[in-house]
Amino acid sequence: MKFTGKVYKFGADIDTDAIIPARYLNTFDPAELAKHCMEDADPEFPKKVKKGDIIVADKNFGCGSSREHAPIAIKAAGVSCVIAKSFARIFYRNSINIGLPILECPEAVDAINEGDEIEVDFATGKIKNLRTGEEFKASPFPPFMQEIMDKGGLINYVKAKIEKNA
Amino acid sequence: MGMTITQKILAKHAGKDYVEPGELINCKVDVVLGNDVTSPVAIAEFEKLGVEKVFDRDRIMLVPDHFTPNKDIKSAEQCKIVREFARKHGITNYFEIGKMGIEHCLLPEQGLVLPGDVVIGADSHTCTYGALGAFATGVGSTDMAAAMATGEAWFKVPETIKFVYYGKLPEWVSGKDLILHTIGDIGVDGARYMAMEFTGEVIRNLSMDNRFTMANMAIEAGGKNGIIEPDEITLSYVKGRAKRDFVLYKSDEDAPYFEIREYDVSKLEPLVAFPHLPENVRPVSEATHVLIDQVVIGSCTNGRIEDLEIAARIMQGKKVHPEVRVIIIPGTQEIYLEAMKRGYIQIFIEAGAAVSTPTCGPCLGGHMGILAKGEKALATTNRNFVGRMGHPESEVYLASPAVAAASALKGRITPPWEV
Repeated sequence: MKFTGKVYKFGADIDTDAIIPARYLNTFDPAELAKHCMEDADPEFPKKVKKGDIIVADKNFGCGSSREHAPIAIKAAGVSCVIAKSFARIFYRNSINIGLPILECPEAVDAINEGDEIEVDFATGKIKNLRTGEEFKASPFPPFMQEIMDKGGLINYVKAKIEKNA
Repeated sequence: MGMTITQKILAKHAGKDYVEPGELINCKVDVVLGNDVTSPVAIAEFEKLGVEKVFDRDRIMLVPDHFTPNKDIKSAEQCKIVREFARKHGITNYFEIGKMGIEHCLLPEQGLVLPGDVVIGADSHTCTYGALGAFATGVGSTDMAAAMATGEAWFKVPETIKFVYYGKLPEWVSGKDLILHTIGDIGVDGARYMAMEFTGEVIRNLSMDNRFTMANMAIEAGGKNGIIEPDEITLSYVKGRAKRDFVLYKSDEDAPYFEIREYDVSKLEPLVAFPHLPENVRPVSEATHVLIDQVVIGSCTNGRIEDLEIAARIMQGKKVHPEVRVIIIPGTQEIYLEAMKRGYIQIFIEAGAAVSTPTCGPCLGGHMGILAKGEKALATTNRNFVGRMGHPESEVYLASPAVAAASALKGRITPPWEV
């Protein structure tokens, strides 16, 4: 999987209430959630984000609630990938489970600015800033998590396992 | 090499003699939990798996507590999905309005989560049950869906940070203050992916309700789980509630710790977490300039009987400040009834507070006390993120029930010894 997109940059400790405020959790329709994606961090984000754009954030992205609505909203808003210095545990797990590409790469986060065009090769973890030509390498996923993502998420992974055992 | 209590519980449930931090394992789970916000997503994912039955209808807990009693039509539709799933699969522990309580107050009270369990819940505060000596952690809806089908979940065995609390706990300083102090020390990602083991003489003498408060907020430091070794206090709580056998685990003397942090609590003061992160902690005496519009006493963090007891003690015979709205939410029906028997509800109502049926309600900005632009609330809840209790330009300050009750009377953040 390769993505090229424009960067929207966010700070540290972006919590799940900022990603999708609880006032919108009375539905789990991805298109509805996408309309309010990142609203409390940047009210204009849902209007300006375009398909393929990339979120780059500082440490502890997605802290707080277990709501899967957070990665669902980001994915449904058209964001192709999230790169952060680090991710909160449940958000990380949820992203893998639903198939939202995420990468941890502190050096890339420091060197990439809002509005940069970047290219991400998810299979190799290679991140290239097309404005500056700089390249970065994100740490790889453990094989087990890679397998879940290769299958398109946890449900497909578990389904295959159940069918194999049947 | 020895193991921590967290390693031991995970090893047992993975069918292994030993697991080490960093190891990826597959575990049997004792309990799978979901609420009205997370379960509908899990149910939709469960349907995609194509299995006919849940792994064990007695081990899945469905607690519609977030936007209930249904706050609007969309919430009602979500609850309907959960209710119909519960009926279809004969889920024993589905809690309808009238029996429902805030999930993390309810399950321990009903003896449904026990020492030695592995519990996953599609709610981040599932870590609360670590207070009983269980491994309990929050997951998302897809994990919940998979576990409802298989009774299993994958985990990376966490490193453990050991927190040792010693000294004499000063008057008015509670479990809430201990955990706020800890989060203030290590930050909101200070225990990211890790187990937080709370130990020391102070913890050994701490009541169950205060222990629940501490384990509950492990997630606010990024923790995977919070855990306290079970002891006599745990056993006397569990006795008479447990509906099945349970196992007590303890950390070995030579268990590996990523880090050990020690706190002398003797000079600790009640604390307040300022907006917009739980790590922005200051002593209450440095917060008295903050005028407040609303006080909320309740939530999975501080909605238990001891929390109401201390609030009632402070509010007895007094009136809430005329410019403050005070909302008190007992965590479960049992807590509500007990508070009535003890006269607390009358104290609250006579003081001018509103008392609500159990719900998460305002804690996550759902309903039952949403803030307008520019308003400030002092709450006994767990998060003070931007927009958490309402308008993105409102503010939430976190504190103990004692500080909340005192502040309710004065209209500004107030130390409990001033009323």
